[in-house]
Order: sequence, then C-alpha cells, then structure tokens
Amino acid sequence: MRMKHIFMSGLVLVAASGVAVAGPKPAGGTISGKVTYEGTPAKMKPIDMSKEPSCAKMHTTPPLAETVVTGAGNSLENVVVYVSAGAPDDAAPSTAAVFTQKGCRYIPHVLAFQVNQEIKIANEDQTSHNIHPLPKLNREWNKSQPPGTPPITEKYDKHEIFPVKCNVHPWMHGNFAVLKNSHFAVTGDGGAFSLANLPPGKYTITAWHESYGEQTQDVTISGSESKTISFVFKAKPY
Amino acid sequence: MLNIKITKICLNVAAALILPAAISAQQAEEPPAKPSPTMESHIGGLSGRSAPGGDLYYRYCWGCHGARGNGDGENAPWISPQPRNFIPATFKCRSTPTGTLPLDSDLYDSLTRGFITTNMPGWATLTAQNRADLVAFIKTFSARWVTDKPGEPIPVPPEPALSLDSIKHGKALYQKLECWKCHGSEGRGDGPAANTLTDSNDQPIRPYNFYTGYRFKCGTSNSDLYKIFMTGLDGTPMPSFADVVKPEEAWDLVHYLRTLQIWHQSPELALWESTPEGAAIVKAERVRNTYTGNPIHP
Repeated sequence: MRMKHIFMSGLVLVAASGVAVAGPKPAGGTISGKVTYEGTPAKMKPIDMSKEPSCAKMHTTPPLAETVVTGAGNSLENVVVYVSAGAPDDAAPSTAAVFTQKGCRYIPHVLAFQVNQEIKIANEDQTSHNIHPLPKLNREWNKSQPPGTPPITEKYDKHEIFPVKCNVHPWMHGNFAVLKNSHFAVTGDGGAFSLANLPPGKYTITAWHESYGEQTQDVTISGSESKTISFVFKAKPY
Repeated sequence: MLNIKITKICLNVAAALILPAAISAQQAEEPPAKPSPTMESHIGGLSGRSAPGGDLYYRYCWGCHGARGNGDGENAPWISPQPRNFIPATFKCRSTPTGTLPLDSDLYDSLTRGFITTNMPGWATLTAQNRADLVAFIKTFSARWVTDKPGEPIPVPPEPALSLDSIKHGKALYQKLECWKCHGSEGRGDGPAANTLTDSNDQPIRPYNFYTGYRFKCGTSNSDLYKIFMTGLDGTPMPSFADVVKPEEAWDLVHYLRTLQIWHQSPELALWESTPEGAAIVKAERVRNTYTGNPIHP
C-alpha cells in the first residue's frame, strides 16, 4: 500500500515535470513603453549623393542623415531595447535577418538579430558597395558586392553592437546589434517598444542609441503582468 | 514516515529539474577567453616559440606596437597609418579569406618584407628563427589565437598565359567592379572616394597608387596581387572580391593592373604597349606628370 502510494506520487511528479519541460512556454509578462528625448537634437544634414548619380536619382529630395531620427512627441527612433540580463540565452531562429542597400542607404538603419542567427545582406543598387562591419569582439570582414550579385550571408558569434559602413559611399552608415536572446525591439516611428513572453523574474532592460549612448533599468515581472517603462535620452545639439 | 519519503522524492525531482537550469545559467556567465601566454609558430619546416620572441619584441617592436601589443608605443602618435594593434588579430596581408586569422607564414612574410608607404620596415636582417619566434609571440596578444583557427587559404589556380584579351577583360572588370572609385581611372589612387577613406580606427588612409613603383602592401608577385583583392586587406577599406570574381577573371584583372604600373617593366606592360590603344594610354600617362626618376615619389 505504502509502496504503491509512493510509486504513484513519483509518477505524477515525473509526468508533471515532463509537461513543464516539453510543453509550450507559459504566456509570460510583457515590458513595453516608449523612448523619447529631452533637449534639442542635432539637425540632420541632407546627404549629397552627387558622386553616385545612380543613387541620387532614386531620391526626389536628398535624404537626411540618420544618426538621430525623431518623431512626434519627442519620440526617438532606431533605439535597440533588449533584455541584457535575467533571461537565458536563446538559440538562434532559423529565419535570416535581412539588411538591404537601396538608394545608397541601409534598410533598416539598425539591424538587430541574435547570436549565430543568419543575416542576409542584399544590394538593390546599380552600383558596387562594400559591406564593412566594424566589430571589436567579433571578427572583422569586408566584402565587395557589385550590382546584381546574390546576397551575402554571414553570422556573428558574440554579443556586440557595432557600426557598419560602406567605404565607397562615406555617407552610408548603419548598425548591427547582435543580441543573446529573442527579447529585443528596435523603436520605429513613435518610439514604442514591446518585449513579450517574459517568464516571471528580474530583468535588466538596456536601451542603446548610436548617438546618445546606453541606459538600463531593472524590471521585475511576476505572473503574466504587463509593465510599462520609459527611457528618456538627453539630446545633444551637435 | 510516508510523508518524509514523499518529501524526499519531491526534493530529488525538484533538484533534477533545477540543476540543468543552474548549469545553463553558469554557461551564460562564462568569462571571455583569455590570450595564451605561450604560443608556437610553424612556417614550413621552421618552428618558432613565443618566449624568445618576447625578448625580441621588447627590443625591436614595442617602440611602435606598444608594451601590450595594442599599437600605442611611444612612437605611435607620429606614425600614419598607425602601428598595428595585435589585440583584435585583424591583419592586412593574408592568404586566408576576409575575417579569418592569417597563416603563420602570412605573418612571417609580412614581418620579413615590411609594409611600403608605412613606417613598418622589413626585418629580413633578423634570422629566420628570430622572425618565427616573433610571429609566435605576436599570437600571445589576442584570445582569437586560442578560440579560432586560421582560415582555409583561398585557392590560387596556376596563372594562365598572358594575352591581350586577358588585359582587355581585366580593364573591363576594373570598370565593372568600380575599382576606380578609390584607385582612380588610371590607378593613381585618386578616385572620387579616395579622400574620404578611413581605416577601421577612423584614421585617414590612402588607396594604393599603381603609378608609383611596383611593390604592393602585400608582396610583389602576380600571385601576391591576386591574393590582395581576393582576400581583401582586413582593417582597411579594401574589401574581398572572392565572392564576386571568378578565378580566371581574377587573373585577367591581375594582368590589367600590371599595365597601370607604367614605370615598372613587366610582360603585361610590354604587351599592352605593343598595341596602338595601350601605347596611347601609357604614353599619355607618362607625359602627364614629369618623371623625377624616383619610382616611389615621382
């Protein structure tokens, strides 16, 4: 009787643990919010593409530099918001992150992806670009990509945020953010971000902007609650 | 009694569930790899060791490359381009693909020949053993020599026979690949992008001027030239063309690039000048500037 009881209890426990490991992740909490700036941001200068006529003609008005992109209500775009501590490392997704050169610009300006995730770099222009990411921790490479050639496929194996440039077209400047887990967002128009599916726990959230630097906040999530935080960067006028 | 047993089982199961989580958290906190204090180098039959290499380094190299190998020696502020920082292990002259570590023999060759248009002299005056030891010591500065392996050298097929078609096709490639954007339409290093170029440390850097002399940053031979544009010079604006140029096309480009070196007698230049088109181009280039007799600073 006793033995049977213990046996049954063990079975129930094993079964329960099996479900916990193999079953879908419980819908966790969400951290969302908005990134804004205070002060006067630098005025972005129009880019002179006259040295590259094939690109210049793709823009009706000269496009502006993107080192600071702002929106309505002092919102700040191109900010990488990610869980920098508290979440386990995630395996890389099987889909590739895509980085496109079009009109001698980088789309998106900031590409965030995971460690060991494939990235595809495409050239849609009628001119040669060279793609030259400038990491310090990851390995540095530099490849030429003439028009009509297939996308370049690459991976990075360490967490790091670093600039990407084209040496032929000095105004072309972007950023790669290589992140350890899947909880990240890059703010777009409106400066909003949302990090979903966070199991209960204590997290450090980092917001990174190429001109204004980095900020962190600690957030504790219990159950499947939603928390709202905001990041305010001090704008520099120059 | 029963309760205690069940509690024990519960604890065991709980431990089994928690332990793997604890281990994976530990893995996430793994400290970054450290450089190894002792390294070896192998160049053909020659083997170098870092211990004697260190003695040589702190006699001949640290004035520019710095005590910690990060390129901040006391001469560094007066030098452009800046001395190489060995910590990221990014090297210009390699026989391996862009983004990979060079072979020991690549470092040995760079050390032996030095770098033209920079302050790095050739060290052929040191013995072969000394140079091999120095290569081993340079590898003690970066953890990449512990975590990574040198890349697989890019294949260099045998050079095909020189022909006029090859030079002409190379000329078309020079246009198509937009080499002229930096190196200039006559190869003088004065293309439209030339004066905007910076290296990976944001320091200004000039594209190679084919008009002056005949040595390249990474060697003097046709196969050295082949490797330069197929591997790219990492840390500089010069990218790798390995993914976009077929091997036979690469040799055509080599043959054409030789004709841009109008003060260096080569079979390519002789053949190019034997044609009316080539002769006119070379003549025009020669009379454009008055030649001073110094191939490095005409």
